[in-house]
Amino acid sequence: MQRVKHNWLNLGLMHLALIAYTIIALFPVVVILINSFKTRKAIFREPLALPTSETFSLVGYETVLKQGDYFLYFQNSLIVTLGSLFFILLFGAMAAFALSEYRFRGNTLMGLYLALGIMIPIRLGTVAILEFMVATGLVNTLWALILVYTASGLPIAVFILSEFMRQVSADLKDAGRIDGLSEYRIFFRLVLPLVRPALATVAVFNMIPIWNDLWFPLVLANSEETKTLTLGSQVFIGQFVTDWNAVLSGLSMAILPVVILYVIFSKQLIRGITSGAVK
Amino acid sequence: MSSEAGPKRRWHIAVFLAPAVLVYTALMILPLFGTLKLSLYQNVDQQQVFVGFGNFATLFGDPNWSEAFWRGLKNNFWFFFIHMAVQNPIGIALAAMLSVPALRFKAFYRTAIFIPTILSFVIVGFAWKLILSPLWGIAPGLLDAVGLKHLFKPWLGLEDYALTTIALISVWQYVGIPMMLIYAALLSIPDEVLEAGEIDGITGMKAFWKIKLPLILPSIGIISILTFVGNFNAFDLVYTIEGAMAAPNFSTEVMGTLMFRTFFGHQTQPGDPNMGSAIAMMMFLIILAGVTVYLFLIQTRMRRYQF
Repeated sequence: MQRVKHNWLNLGLMHLALIAYTIIALFPVVVILINSFKTRKAIFREPLALPTSETFSLVGYETVLKQGDYFLYFQNSLIVTLGSLFFILLFGAMAAFALSEYRFRGNTLMGLYLALGIMIPIRLGTVAILEFMVATGLVNTLWALILVYTASGLPIAVFILSEFMRQVSADLKDAGRIDGLSEYRIFFRLVLPLVRPALATVAVFNMIPIWNDLWFPLVLANSEETKTLTLGSQVFIGQFVTDWNAVLSGLSMAILPVVILYVIFSKQLIRGITSGAVK
Repeated sequence: MSSEAGPKRRWHIAVFLAPAVLVYTALMILPLFGTLKLSLYQNVDQQQVFVGFGNFATLFGDPNWSEAFWRGLKNNFWFFFIHMAVQNPIGIALAAMLSVPALRFKAFYRTAIFIPTILSFVIVGFAWKLILSPLWGIAPGLLDAVGLKHLFKPWLGLEDYALTTIALISVWQYVGIPMMLIYAALLSIPDEVLEAGEIDGITGMKAFWKIKLPLILPSIGIISILTFVGNFNAFDLVYTIEGAMAAPNFSTEVMGTLMFRTFFGHQTQPGDPNMGSAIAMMMFLIILAGVTVYLFLIQTRMRRYQF
């Protein structure tokens, strides 16, 4: 009996601590969102109040939609993120399959060579990357970003995927070979579907940093047509520092799509992080 | 491990490896060598001239450069220290609470606390800039509500406070990562181990310190090295909040902002890719040194438990 009471107290305290931290985590986001729907006066007079029928205003959003091409930025971010993930997963899985399936000279060395990139921040090669993109005419195209993010995502992808591919049953693959399947078919038809959870983990790990990156869009693709949402909102907000309605609305328009996508996919995301992450 | 076929059938290995190796080599390994090469040259009359370690001599010998470099490095260490002292303990504490089986609403807490982590530096930087702004008055208003208004200062604008404030904002943003990784590690501890402890009378907080913490040490090690690499690479948050000049008066300068300004120039000073590359090489060596220390000194000594 004593023990049960003690547990209730403990659980209560834990809820209190977790609620307190949840408030800390969400407070800035909520403040930005609610104030983006208010008139300038109300933003300053009562920053913590919800918009009422009197203080409700969309003037900030009107400015944002008139000035920055947010839909284009959003579309660019989406293309870059999905494109990079596609190549990271495809190339990464192919390389991981080669390393985990076949014995050949230099296998270990190749594995180490590819794993080296896990610890090297790709930013340190920025100048040479910029020169490469200028030379190949890819500067100010979305391809420049996709290629850079693919390169930086590959090491961890190969590392995680080859761990998983080693666990795929050899009997299954040999059965496939006896049935006359080519090595390519064995990879695409048999192995790839079996490591789908690992592919999800890799995608989850790469998605957020790619979407949020400011450095490479700033350096490689800062033209109006290729701005990503992160760079676009940075530039836009920088221009409108004194127009609080516009700044708050610009921020909200950058926050909302990400948070909505996150809430939809949070189950997969968290499962991805907690499954393969710590091995 | 089944393929024993002759050389004729093994072309597929090359086909499987080629795309990854090509992209990775072209955009990660070669650029790193490109940076190394640039750092050994200097632009003289539009010509790249080999100067050996001349740029590094300037970086460490010329007081203008060495002062900026040491300031950046010192700030990087402070940034890292704040993360280790604040972010990781909070992350571990949150994970420990979330892993209690009887706790309800876990999914809600986890989802909510992870939200800052998915936001970009741009959003996080501007949002906090607004909230801490004396103009808007949210932070002073909140302090006023608990009777502590006199404690308010425009933290982001004061040399003594700016860097610590930015580090704490970054902690706020990234606490979700250690939380999730430690949470995963705690879940992977088998029940039998904890039950065995319970039979010996080890429960509650004692079980955490005596049983769980030693078992999650490898994860804490991984988080520390991830934090190290991330922090010594820091740029975005300082850039969005304080600009490329690392205001106020360079007090928030980290190696990343120094490298950015040197590469691309700022205001009156033209960009100098050679000196920028020298700084990038120093960052690379420092990160490499940290990772090496971790791999050879810490990880090899850490005991691993297999269940």
